[in-house]
Amino acid sequence: MFEDLIGPFLHYGFMQRALLGSLVLSVSCAPVGVFLMLRRMSLTGDAMAHAILPGAAVSFVLFGFQIIPMTIGGLIVGLLVALGSGLVSRFTVQKEDASMAAFYLISLAVGVLLVSWKGSSVDLMHVLFGSVLALNDAALTLIAAVAVITFLALAIFWRALVAECLDPLFLRSVSRIGTPVHLIFLTLVVLNLVGGFQALGTLLSVGLMMLPAAASRFWTNEVRAMCAIAIIIAAFSVLGGLLLSYHASLPSGPAIILTAGVIYALSALAGRRGMLSSALMSRRHKTA
Amino acid sequence: MSNTCLEFKNLTLGYHGHAAIHHLSGEVQRGSLTAVVGANGSGKSTLMKGIAGILKPISGTCVTRYQRLAYLSQQSEIDRTFPARVIDLVSLGYWQKRGLLGRLTSRDRAGLSGCLGAVGLTGFEKRPLDSLSGGQMQRALFARTMLQDADLILLDEPFNAVDARTIADLMKVIKGWVSEGRTVLCVLHDHALVREHFLQTLLIARNPVAWGATAEVMTFENLRRARSFQEAWDEQAGWCDENTEQPGQPHVHRDHLPYQHKVVGHV
Repeated sequence: MFEDLIGPFLHYGFMQRALLGSLVLSVSCAPVGVFLMLRRMSLTGDAMAHAILPGAAVSFVLFGFQIIPMTIGGLIVGLLVALGSGLVSRFTVQKEDASMAAFYLISLAVGVLLVSWKGSSVDLMHVLFGSVLALNDAALTLIAAVAVITFLALAIFWRALVAECLDPLFLRSVSRIGTPVHLIFLTLVVLNLVGGFQALGTLLSVGLMMLPAAASRFWTNEVRAMCAIAIIIAAFSVLGGLLLSYHASLPSGPAIILTAGVIYALSALAGRRGMLSSALMSRRHKTA
Repeated sequence: MSNTCLEFKNLTLGYHGHAAIHHLSGEVQRGSLTAVVGANGSGKSTLMKGIAGILKPISGTCVTRYQRLAYLSQQSEIDRTFPARVIDLVSLGYWQKRGLLGRLTSRDRAGLSGCLGAVGLTGFEKRPLDSLSGGQMQRALFARTMLQDADLILLDEPFNAVDARTIADLMKVIKGWVSEGRTVLCVLHDHALVREHFLQTLLIARNPVAWGATAEVMTFENLRRARSFQEAWDEQAGWCDENTEQPGQPHVHRDHLPYQHKVVGHV
């Protein structure tokens, strides 16, 4: 039993690297996911993940499958989409979900065209789904850097982020920080997706961001606690997913996200604020 | 420092080229308490947004002289499902003082409890926002406005859904502000309350109807005039190019041709 749980990580370097990279990624992604969820932008992560595809594709066409150029390409296009949709929604009546949808669809179409023009469908699968078992030093460094930037930014802008979620109109009446904070936050989303890109691919890196965050909502009503719980759930998903993929010879990315999905389903069912607890609500009550 | 806190110079505010506040001129003195009265759609909230700088004027200017502004808006965009407690919402009132990174001191915390007490929300500190009633929420927002320690305070229907006893308490707070030399503008629908507590009143119906001492403004004739204005936008309304309100003043639109706006038929 013990050997089954620990063994793979002791004996194989690639498993160690996979574990390290995806754990750091969990710590960084999960709090970003919590804020996405609280701002009702849960699907924005998904849209952004599609949006960074053309950036990665351009670099792929130019440089082949190399992590640094593909990351930089994805980052640039992701920021362009985030900025574009953010600006359209701030300065017109269009809400951000609509402008984001428009920008990411344009971006996605360009991306698929580019990949099919130069690459094969096998390469496309790699871009879409990544491979956590092939993390090299460059990818690990990138993930660590993203985590550090994310934590610094969250620590500095925490109060503004909460205020912008809670009462944006009030924040606008006392400070001009609202718009910059929103854009910084979108940048963090892009950074984390790009960080998860090599490990999980563009599509599945959203999973590590959103599923633990969504699950954490069933356990607490406090933002800090929510972030902590989301990180723990993400870390468990990574551990469970890697073991699952090792022992059952399954692809690692989907195994990790599926584990997170199972934890989400359990939380929705049995969490402190989940379905069972509201169904079994006691009829006893206090007088005041 | 000048004794004028706000100065409107032929101010026109509006949306999509339709005037919502039309050719308003006048001054608000420092340390005064002014009620802003008018029917629905008469431009009261628009005026507040204009003063707060959230809405840019179509033409004319609004000169503001204040150190710190507090604006309690009528329709907040507060997300009540956000997992925050009352104390988190109310302590946002310290933003101007403490900024992004400053920590709340123990004096701040004491001030916060004091303000919660003043609006009758003692013991509500840790309550989640989604458990508050409409009136309790409004009182929490009033407490936040108190914490802002501003010298110009804009209150847009602050007594929405607030019970009579609390209104009396909050009126005392407002009068306390005025006695400390703060300037307060308050949008209200309760004419009795206006007559009882407010020395100055601005009565608007898109155009200013009357502005001055409350007893002289809130006359039957003025209120009748304020009621009978055209509330709906009128695409057929002509472009305003005659300043009918203040004859003798140079007309601003000639200087700002791109800022033409529509005016609906005058009463």
